[in-house]
Amino acid sequence: MPPSFYILAALTIAATAAALSLRNLVHCALALSVAFIGLAAVYLQLDAQFVGLAQILVYVGAVSILVVFAILLTRNDEATKPLVSRFSVAGAATALVVLGVLTWAIDKSEFTHRKLPPAPAATVRQIGDALMTHYVLALEVIALLLTAALIGAVIIAMHNEEPKS
Amino acid sequence: MSSLSSYLLLSAFLFALGLAGAITRRNAIIVLIGVELMLNAANLNFIAFWRFGDHPEALTGILFAIFSIGVAAAEAAVGLALIIAIYRQYKTTNLDRIDSMKG
Repeated sequence: MPPSFYILAALTIAATAAALSLRNLVHCALALSVAFIGLAAVYLQLDAQFVGLAQILVYVGAVSILVVFAILLTRNDEATKPLVSRFSVAGAATALVVLGVLTWAIDKSEFTHRKLPPAPAATVRQIGDALMTHYVLALEVIALLLTAALIGAVIIAMHNEEPKS
Repeated sequence: MSSLSSYLLLSAFLFALGLAGAITRRNAIIVLIGVELMLNAANLNFIAFWRFGDHPEALTGILFAIFSIGVAAAEAAVGLALIIAIYRQYKTTNLDRIDSMKG
């Protein structure tokens, strides 16, 4: 393993833990974008350049900004309230059990003990060719889904005034 | 410790952290952040299996990850719009207090 992987993994996990545990919501959003940048760097390290750059564009550029907007639009003075819900102990136990099962499965699997093959060529041209030929139907479906989600999000969040008559 | 299992372990840690955040936190926005992080952990698995798989020239893992990013973006937009609409109704994003459908 290259040492850069361990640095990136530590950064990503620390930023994720911060994003989910900090008290100030704006700090959570900033830690979330650091976690997304760390994941994008892991993708780049895995020779998936296009997905890494798409991750930066979509998650760091769009989703983090959306989260900041939502935080600013729903600001109130509940910062002093207890942070976690009634289910905190059960939730943490569930997450620990899931982590234990996943770690056990990864450790037991034969497939995970293979070595890194030589870097495959995944240029943007090849990805574009695949999207326009073999996956064109999926591309159209995702375009329709994104359009519907855009219109739906605007309609849901729109403030409809009561007609004064 | 081989290479692929390190990436899978990183993904498992991210998934467990996101799950813990989504279950235990009270703020709806943090719960949505937890769901996004779980989706990202799944994406990391797609990319890692593509890189270590037998036929990387088929680009299946890459394209699945791209479509997954698209669906996650749509989910984030609609989820945050729902949170804003709920905040307008209840003046809170605390999930323990949004319980008017409780029997």
